Amino acid sequence: MDKTLKTVVLESEKCIGCITCMRRCPTEAIRIVNGKAKIIYDKCINCGECVRSCKGGAKRPVYDSFDLVESYAYKIALPSPSLFGQFNNLDDPNYVIEGLLALGFDDVLEVGLAAELVTDCTKKLMQKGNLPHPVISTACPAVAELILLKFHELADHMLPVYAPAKVAAKIAKMRAIEAGIPADDIGVFFISPCPAKVYSLHREEVSNQKYISGVLSQSDIYFRLVEKMNKIKNPRRLGKCGHFGIGWGSSGGESNSLGLGNYIHCSGVRNVLGLLTEMSDGKLESADFVELNMCPGGCVGGVLNVENPFIARNRMRQLAEKMKTKPATMEEYGLDESFFLWDKAPEPSTSFRLDEDMFVAMRKMVQVEEYLKQLPGIDCGACGAPTCRCYAEDLVINGGKPDCVKLREERGK
Amino acid sequence: MDCIRLEFEVDGENFSSAGNASERVKRTLKQIGVPAASVRRVAIAMYEGEINMVIHAHGGRAEVEIWPDRAEIWLKDRGPGIENIELAMKEGYSTASENIRSLGFGAGMGLPNMKKYSDEMKIDSTVGVGTTVYLRVNF
Repeated sequence: MDKTLKTVVLESEKCIGCITCMRRCPTEAIRIVNGKAKIIYDKCINCGECVRSCKGGAKRPVYDSFDLVESYAYKIALPSPSLFGQFNNLDDPNYVIEGLLALGFDDVLEVGLAAELVTDCTKKLMQKGNLPHPVISTACPAVAELILLKFHELADHMLPVYAPAKVAAKIAKMRAIEAGIPADDIGVFFISPCPAKVYSLHREEVSNQKYISGVLSQSDIYFRLVEKMNKIKNPRRLGKCGHFGIGWGSSGGESNSLGLGNYIHCSGVRNVLGLLTEMSDGKLESADFVELNMCPGGCVGGVLNVENPFIARNRMRQLAEKMKTKPATMEEYGLDESFFLWDKAPEPSTSFRLDEDMFVAMRKMVQVEEYLKQLPGIDCGACGAPTCRCYAEDLVINGGKPDCVKLREERGK
Repeated sequence: MDCIRLEFEVDGENFSSAGNASERVKRTLKQIGVPAASVRRVAIAMYEGEINMVIHAHGGRAEVEIWPDRAEIWLKDRGPGIENIELAMKEGYSTASENIRSLGFGAGMGLPNMKKYSDEMKIDSTVGVGTTVYLRVNF
């Protein structure tokens, strides 16, 4: 993972050094050092769980400022399906699109529409039968990072297709270029529900040569947008995304679009970890498709949303009822599978290893087991590591001897 | 170089904790950099072994040695023993009760899968005394 890019930073003065985020982190990527929560970015999958759990608002998600939009002559907005669930009494998705245009964007391409195209491509790939069983969705970048960090044995089950935001960006930018707009003038902005998408698009995409110019936050754009939307009467019928596309904003939406009977969808950090563990034990081989979302309820649960995920989900369902159209197909847009397929598979991360050298790692592991025998095993977190095992591993990697509150207490007796 | 030795008690009363030992082994293998395909083979073989001990033997003990080129696993129980090992190795053959089957276990694939995912498997069983299954998975 690129250490220079960060999706979540600590506002140090707000951090009281409690262990809440450290405990909730699914990859044991947080330590309390000198009374402050420190993220080990090598092990961070950008899921946003620490942002969600921090009581004092000390964890700040990083995203691009809205001012960046102004620096482009031709501005394109890519709203995600979950954005449409954020507004009270919204009975027509076109208000959101008109609102974005009123905010100064020259074009809007719904990510839900791109999602329908991704579904079409996935269906065709699955029909050909050359994907492993089961296929694991890669639409949630935090899930993809988690597999690459801790579940290497499942990496070849990952759907090798770009996520809808990137597909939307590709289509939008190419469309603008075809319309004669100079490439350097085109600014393509994804409006994200979560830090994971901010990170993944930044890592791969943000540059003029590529497709995305910046990633904005749904919460940041919300009030500006509501102000514009309130002034709109009789919006034009600009939206092309149908009920399947908007459904992608909730857990199960992607699976539902595929029209398969035999699928599993699951959301929330603990549930996803549990399911991946079962899969790596060889279970679930009978399912055709596995859709995993790190956030509770799917993208609507992302920490950059404004509305409660379950309320947003209900609204999206109501909206979807009014958006019953045939889903978009690749043929309609003149695209083939090569437009969607990864140009290269992402590299598994080795950050979880004790050492790059297996023999050294083994020696360290023997030492970890030795230290563990001395430690109390109560995972109290007072040492600044989430578990006694983690503490033992840290000692082996960074040096030091086991010492903790409990041990000192016992010695004092 | 010495090997990594791990030992686990497998709780015979608890279905949901079956898999804890293989989970720990899996983590260890990943942390020392064993290739993913080998991790998967160890995990599946060992998980099946753990489940077997829970279903048939009220739990037992798992002992694991991790060497640079292989994992060796001993699954030891004091259960009823296996009367006919050849039959038990047949795919689909199971002596699990209806209750166990209704939970989705007891499909008769435990031992066959353990054999399939390991490079060597030895069963030492005495009726009324218990069973030890030895598994070796090469990396």
